[in-house]
Amino acid sequence: MTLFDIFTHQLVNGIVLGSFYALVALGYTMVFGVVKLLNFAHGDLYMVGGFAGFLILSFLAPFLGAGWLGVAVSMLFAMLAVGFLGVVIERVAYAPMLSAPRLSILITALAVSLVLQNAVLALTKGQYQPFGAQFGFGGVNLGTLFISYNQMVLVATAGVLMLGLELFVSRTQYGRAMRAISVDKDMCRLMGINVNAVIAVTFFLGSALAAAAGTMAGAYYGSLWYFMGFLIGLKAFTAAVIGGIGSIPGAMLGGLILGLLESFGTQLPGVGSGWKDVFSFSVLILVLVFKPTGLLGKPEQERM
Amino acid sequence: MAALPQGANVWGGLAVLFDTPAKRVAAIAVVLAAMIVAPLLLGPYATVILTNALLYVVLALGLNIVVGYAGLLDLGFAAFFAVGAYTVGITTLHFGLNFWLALPLAIVFAIIAGVVIGTPTLRLRSDYLAIVTLGFGEIVRLSARNLRETGGASGLTGIDSPWLFGWHIETPLDFYYVFCGLAIIGVVASARLANSRLGRAWLYVRHDEDAAEAMGIDRVRVKLAAYIVGAIYGAVGGAFFAANLGAISPESFSFQQSVLILMAVILGGMGKIPGVVLGAFIVILAPELLRDVGDLRLLIFAVGLLLVMLFRPSGIWPTGGRK
Amino acid sequence: MTLLDVKGVSLSFAGSKVLQNVDFAVPAGAIVSLIGPNGAGKTSLFNSITGFYKPQQGSIKVGGVETMRMKPHQVTRLGIARTFQNVRLFREMSVLENVMSGMHCRTSAGVVDAVLRLPGQRREEAAIHAFSAECLRFVGIEDGWHRDAGTLAYGWQRRVEIARALATQPRLLLLDEPAAGLTAGEKQELIGLIGRIRDERGISVLLIEHDTGLVMRISERISVLDHGVMIAEGTVREIQTNPRVIEAYLGVEEGEAELAG
Repeated sequence: MTLFDIFTHQLVNGIVLGSFYALVALGYTMVFGVVKLLNFAHGDLYMVGGFAGFLILSFLAPFLGAGWLGVAVSMLFAMLAVGFLGVVIERVAYAPMLSAPRLSILITALAVSLVLQNAVLALTKGQYQPFGAQFGFGGVNLGTLFISYNQMVLVATAGVLMLGLELFVSRTQYGRAMRAISVDKDMCRLMGINVNAVIAVTFFLGSALAAAAGTMAGAYYGSLWYFMGFLIGLKAFTAAVIGGIGSIPGAMLGGLILGLLESFGTQLPGVGSGWKDVFSFSVLILVLVFKPTGLLGKPEQERM
Repeated sequence: MAALPQGANVWGGLAVLFDTPAKRVAAIAVVLAAMIVAPLLLGPYATVILTNALLYVVLALGLNIVVGYAGLLDLGFAAFFAVGAYTVGITTLHFGLNFWLALPLAIVFAIIAGVVIGTPTLRLRSDYLAIVTLGFGEIVRLSARNLRETGGASGLTGIDSPWLFGWHIETPLDFYYVFCGLAIIGVVASARLANSRLGRAWLYVRHDEDAAEAMGIDRVRVKLAAYIVGAIYGAVGGAFFAANLGAISPESFSFQQSVLILMAVILGGMGKIPGVVLGAFIVILAPELLRDVGDLRLLIFAVGLLLVMLFRPSGIWPTGGRK
Repeated sequence: MTLLDVKGVSLSFAGSKVLQNVDFAVPAGAIVSLIGPNGAGKTSLFNSITGFYKPQQGSIKVGGVETMRMKPHQVTRLGIARTFQNVRLFREMSVLENVMSGMHCRTSAGVVDAVLRLPGQRREEAAIHAFSAECLRFVGIEDGWHRDAGTLAYGWQRRVEIARALATQPRLLLLDEPAAGLTAGEKQELIGLIGRIRDERGISVLLIEHDTGLVMRISERISVLDHGVMIAEGTVREIQTNPRVIEAYLGVEEGEAELAG
């Protein structure tokens, strides 16, 4: 393989990886925008989404098959289910805490994450679960570069979901309310905006996108694990921060950048696959320390 | 003088047990006697479990300084535990250092790690800090997995047990008493810190950063002090952990380990020394009592943590009334 | 001698100009008031002086030392203490602990001193305690020192805040609307307290206050800020008769009535 082949190959890998990161990062950034909460459980919603997709697929496979159609329909149902789970989590765990000290909210979010992780751990006995999607191996050859149809469908689906979200946020009443709440929640209350409903919609959408990513990742990589949300949660958070937390285009951009950084980063001398995550976490720490507002984020409000 | 300053309410109502010299002597005598007699009454298996619980007391007291006193969420505390354990492992195995020389070295490395990671990050928002510490914890664990010096995924074995003035600290019972000593030092140091200038500063910064700064308190410096003191507790715990087991591997220092220590702090009652001690014992003893539940163990803890946060954020230990 | 010297300070947030080329000074040993309509930028000036805001231009000197680039805690060490408009005590800590916070920057015991209870640390703790007690008595709080500060009546919280600021051993004390929310009797006591802070402790006082009657009674000099611009400075008499001030205040006639106190 020439250097150029490696480059194009990693470019494709990076874009696929980046699509997952971007989908999950969107949930972080949306929730952070409206309630200023770092939802530690978000990565676990991705994991739960993967398992939900798997369960639904095992019901639907006899009727729809386990190919693209079956997976797509399963994904939609998984999005719906996990979206509601997100709303329930917000109502039960976060809503009572929103006026509590920040430390308490953070620990609560961590607790929710641990409950989801360990519930799935207990149900699966900590085993890997094969996803069982039956995709073809077809694809397109561009010179020496091979892009599978799966990769194309996956990136396209992620693109469609993000476009849908962007339209929702910019065109609908709820979307506008979401943006207004991120600026001044109390003022929105005074203006008669149903803040709780908007928060619920935000959690629903964020969680649904995570579930979509979870189902797709399960189908694409072929297996599920109760701890799979931990790493991607951290990385998606990194992506959200790179793009500027609270910014929706920022999350998409950040996801893509992190995906590419990671797939190219592992090609650097000395950064083998064992060091891949060290590389990502170092990027996270460097971004947080040197550019905490990210690429597209607004600077923090002045103190006091 | 009107009255002695109450300082932080770290004793959670237990202060009445030793507010006069006579009561104090009695209380200390009872605790010491119980500690000495317990392993003799309970047998060798229980001694090992109790030793583990005491290790967690030390670690949880350290994390309590960061989380309970200074109000900083540290999700990578196991990193400092690892720094202590690996410093002892590497220096005694590869460089033939005596344990008692390796121990101060472990503390120095923990301080360096604390400064390096704390200085740039402690000025960040508190939720960013949580994520950075989490990332840092994972970096330390993954580095231990990937480096040759740390023995990779299988870790280090054959770490010698130390001698102390002709006493070879070797049997589980020996280590039990060593950890008793560490826990006592840990409790006394925590209590003294809480009732000091620095301990109060942690609370000021935790309650209102702006007001604290207006009073002339350098919040970054004060937070860094908490972070470093916590790191020292972690490293000391790690050093003795390595000496006790004789073998260490990266998986002892995972995110789950950090979470378990954090649970000990929060379940019992963060900021309160008896609460933290109780929490450490719950985290270690509960699985022994709930042997049958297997995989449900962590789920039970997680649900417990959530319930505590929602319904009793001050923890299980009763809130001590202020006069 | 000038204790605080503010020269040409401009501050803006996201394009809106909060302070424009403000010149302002407090002589050592004086009681000075800063008045002006709501939103004139008075608290922003306070925040700039105490290091919480970073003005884009100008210079702020305390006893000849430039403080513009200093952090709030460094400014406090230099001898400027403040209270907050909306009382910011450590509500869940005791009254005494609140006041002890002021001594932090005048003491030095660290981790080792505390853990080993070294003799120096014990002496320092005793000194912190004694001076905090003295500050509490100075503002007229004789008991209830172990109550949580947040449980006190509002007027008492204001006093604790002043005691806390005094514990930093300042040369200049900044009071942000100290009379807001106080009863007539409490205001009377506040006037006495401010006088004693200057006379007995030799601390200069700068206050922002809306109660013009109170301002006219205790100030030696008054500065008037309007829309971020310093429009007048002078003695009580000069300010009361300054037409620009009267106009800025409420419109001509009402303004005259209010300024007459």
